[in-house]
Amino acid sequence: MKPEWKEWAQEAKKQFPRANSALLPLLHRIQRAEGWLSPETLTEVAELLDLSPQYVDSVASFYSLFFKQPVGKRVIHVCVGLSCMLAGSDELMHALEERLKISQGQTTPDGEYTLLEAECLAACDLAPVAQVNLRYRGPIPPEEADRLLTEEVSS
Amino acid sequence: MSQTYYLLRHREVPEIGQIAVYRAHGGYEALRKALSQYQPEELVDLVKRSGLRGRGGAGFPTGVKWGFLPKDGRPRYLVVNSDEAEPGTFKDRELIEHNPHQLIEGMIISSYAIRANEAYIYCRGEFLKGYEELSRAVQEAYQAGFLGENILDSGFSLDIFVYRGAGAYICGEESALLESLEGRRGNPRLKPPFPAVAGLYGMPTIVNNVETIANVPPIVTYGAEWYTSMGTEKSPGLKIMSVSGPVNRPGNYEIPLATPLRQLIEDYAGGLKEGRRLKCIIPGGSSVPLLTPDKLDTPLDYESILQAGSMLGSGGCIVLDESVCIVKASHRLVKFYREESCGKCTPCREGTYWMADVLERLEMGLGTQDDLAILTDVADNINGKCFCPLGDASIGFLVSAINHFRDEFEAHVREGRCPLGAKVYDTANY
Repeated sequence: MKPEWKEWAQEAKKQFPRANSALLPLLHRIQRAEGWLSPETLTEVAELLDLSPQYVDSVASFYSLFFKQPVGKRVIHVCVGLSCMLAGSDELMHALEERLKISQGQTTPDGEYTLLEAECLAACDLAPVAQVNLRYRGPIPPEEADRLLTEEVSS
Repeated sequence: MSQTYYLLRHREVPEIGQIAVYRAHGGYEALRKALSQYQPEELVDLVKRSGLRGRGGAGFPTGVKWGFLPKDGRPRYLVVNSDEAEPGTFKDRELIEHNPHQLIEGMIISSYAIRANEAYIYCRGEFLKGYEELSRAVQEAYQAGFLGENILDSGFSLDIFVYRGAGAYICGEESALLESLEGRRGNPRLKPPFPAVAGLYGMPTIVNNVETIANVPPIVTYGAEWYTSMGTEKSPGLKIMSVSGPVNRPGNYEIPLATPLRQLIEDYAGGLKEGRRLKCIIPGGSSVPLLTPDKLDTPLDYESILQAGSMLGSGGCIVLDESVCIVKASHRLVKFYREESCGKCTPCREGTYWMADVLERLEMGLGTQDDLAILTDVADNINGKCFCPLGDASIGFLVSAINHFRDEFEAHVREGRCPLGAKVYDTANY
């Protein structure tokens, strides 16, 4: 457990009128610092919030943005919703898979990139759209797939 | 196309997300008017008379919903649903990223109307920028004295909390949203009791969509008659329609309700791209049945769209042209619901898998004559047999696609391939 987590847990509890609401904000904050949520982290979060580890694990596993495995420095979500499909998102995903030599759902061996499907990012006007570390990028035509790998993104 | 914007005001006034700019353009004057000239019940009545209906998809009259709160002295909460994730819908994202103060002003007025002293915004996890903008704007509103204790010397106090989800479409369902807000898995709750009676932390709670609440300040400013002067008697007012697909200008369009669908597609969105011909339109987000081109003159109001065989829903309008394979489109939508099913109810959890599997093999040219009957049977076993609306939503488009484009489904079996040559990359099973 990192020393600052205790403080973060107190802050998360104070952020909302009921302490129950602290779990998701605390998981977000720790994941932002650590990159992912290891089994040990989840156990420690449970301890910090007086919850059972099983409970915290079951909540964390419900939400797709909580990563229970290590991810790359750049997490690329390609939207594969219908509107993006119409604009070429399948081809965009395919181009990224070829370029990174991984399949969607995987991380490159050097730990640089994770490639994930997103189920509708609510940005169909930017189709085909993607997020890099949750920052929108779009439209990204398949032939410009490299932009997702190289362009700067704010933290 | 020049027009006066009431919801998408940032298109006329850049930087309206900054409180100084918002106030320079009349921002928070509706709040001042509401607190000084209206009793809470009078505001509920005003919203009832305006005929404003829930813009998240269900279209339930907002003022009537507010009236369901029991008068038993328990604390009440307002929760704003910004978990926008219905494929084809992207209006709330634009509102929270660019015009957050109108939502916040609407929340303060609405909270005063329903006598709530705590209000929450549930923002989907993917909306990181929207969350940051909302958090910043809420702080600005506190500093300006529009939030906190004794707002504008009215004796009314309100705190607003911005909460971030973590990736789950089901949390847009209001009871699942409340579960998530309480730090749990986003499984829907049994209803009744409805949230108005037992909602957040068991207390009376109103859950409203972002766009719904963003309508409240202009209704206070311009009056109920102004609102009912647009649209129809049962569907008055303004609606943001999100248009996507192969049109020249995809985007959000603020229209008076009852604007013909044709005008939305051809004038606002600039028509289909060169060389494309219309196949069908999904008028209200991925959960609703499709409309064929002969319905293009249908007015975009709740009743007319229902009569035409679909639903206005969230206003997410997806245009499909003739180059799109209807089986592939159906597969994509069913797959969405398969991924997003919370897994609680068997018909939804298993049914969406079955349907996605069958659609995938049809698209691969590996389907059989029985497959259409299987799809219809599975859909029938989902219909009306799930705890929340997600199951029903998963079959809306598919069933209408089979009804209108049966030949195209059958051609996939007959020819042993996709007649439109659609490529399938996602082949987990074959």
